[in-house]
Amino acid sequence: MAPPKKRRPGYSRKAQYGLFLGYVVAVAGMVVAVLLLALSVIDPRGYQAVKGAALDVTAPVSEGGRSIVRFFTDIGDTVSDYFRAGSQNEQLRAELATAQQELVRAQAAEAENRRLLALLGLAREAQDEVTVARIVGSSFESPRRLATLSAGSSAGVALGQPVRAPEGLIGRVIETGRWASRVLLVTDGSSSVPVRLVRDGTPALAVGRGDGTIELRTLEVGQNPFRGGDVLVTSGIGGIFPPNIPVARVVRLEGDTAIARPIANPARADFAIVQRAWQPAANAALDAAQPQPIAPPVTGPPPPAAQGTTTPAQRQNDPRYQPALQSGNAAPPVATTPPQGQQPQGQQPGTPR
Amino acid sequence: MSRIAGSSTEVAIRDFRNRFVPLISTIFGIALGLLPFVATIPLVPDLGFLALLTWRLLRPEIWTANMALGLGLLNDLVSGNPLGQSMLLWTATFLALDLIDSRLGFRDYWMDWLIAAGAIIFHTVGAWYIALLMGSDILISVIVPQILVGIFAYPVAARIILTLDRWRLAR
Repeated sequence: MAPPKKRRPGYSRKAQYGLFLGYVVAVAGMVVAVLLLALSVIDPRGYQAVKGAALDVTAPVSEGGRSIVRFFTDIGDTVSDYFRAGSQNEQLRAELATAQQELVRAQAAEAENRRLLALLGLAREAQDEVTVARIVGSSFESPRRLATLSAGSSAGVALGQPVRAPEGLIGRVIETGRWASRVLLVTDGSSSVPVRLVRDGTPALAVGRGDGTIELRTLEVGQNPFRGGDVLVTSGIGGIFPPNIPVARVVRLEGDTAIARPIANPARADFAIVQRAWQPAANAALDAAQPQPIAPPVTGPPPPAAQGTTTPAQRQNDPRYQPALQSGNAAPPVATTPPQGQQPQGQQPGTPR
Repeated sequence: MSRIAGSSTEVAIRDFRNRFVPLISTIFGIALGLLPFVATIPLVPDLGFLALLTWRLLRPEIWTANMALGLGLLNDLVSGNPLGQSMLLWTATFLALDLIDSRLGFRDYWMDWLIAAGAIIFHTVGAWYIALLMGSDILISVIVPQILVGIFAYPVAARIILTLDRWRLAR
């Protein structure tokens, strides 16, 4: 039906202007919203202060309700336990028998591990955890997979820190308030975690799919290194996530990739541990090292080293050491850049590439 | 309850109820997003949007389009969306509904449901697209259950809002 000719809400000037102003504000607000969104895309941390404050206000509400939800969940569990007691008893007995064998094996392995560590002179690193907090809620209405954590910057939580449950990795911090923070779960579509296969160490990338599963991508082409039930742990590559935190278990294979489920379930986890962003040991050594004096600019080929007086190690520590120039004088210096005005190298006949 | 207000206080209470029940119930819907509930699959529709949409379809005259802007900002802050997402989507929905209302002579319940279904699809896909822009690369099939649940939650929301509206206007 065609719109009516007269859209005015009666003859009141005030009502007419009010309606018009409403539309002006609405359209202007939409333009502002688009700008806000564009800024969020460019700089996701831009509204840290505003969003952190909102998080501080809203998180206590979730936290209060958490115990109520847990109470009802526990009632459900208790009732189902009661009905399943018989079959569960049998099953637990079988599990206990297996677990005892495993325990003996694990104790032996641990003893050996300790001995080897002592041999190498390594102390077991203290877990550098920032704080332990509760997961109090999540963004269950949106396509993002974010969880709210009941600890913020006052407890030392900072952006980018990894968050784990005792069972495995949960995600990392992407927003912090003063008393609450928001965690990007490993199942979110924008989360990718460098992992490796426990069985043979194959490196892979665990990318969230947004539906509670994780896609595992490898660099290998043509063959799929995963099998159902494989466990993946963080590899520590690229920092942020410390190595050897369990991440996911493979559920099924899909072509070159595998679909996995996270091992830690944030809905069930009582506590989450916030850890310091992991820096590889090499970086620490680099930071601790004394700054080297800057060598003078190289003016010519280095003097030939006197044979027998210096070891290779000493020579390599010399900043002017250039192995290509040291190995004999027979090879003439190679021109690395083609002279100007020539054809591109690929078209020159007989040029080895 | 007496049909006649006995005192000026009672008049004030009824006036307050008359004016603010839609707003308060929508804010309550937004606050439901704070429920301490960790979901692995996006399944629950945006309850604040559902409440707002139902009020708008039931009582087109109570809110102008700029109302959706403020409530959208509140929703963004509460549910942790990127700032501007609900502001944009909710206001766009309101403007579209104004256009539809100016062209339709009347709506019945089934048409309301159809319009609501369209609005829910627009809202969910819009949220998905904004998440995509923010780097969350997920398949669109992941949000299909959320759209379906939202569409089938509309009748329930309509019943609840209708009850509230009757109570709001009761004498």
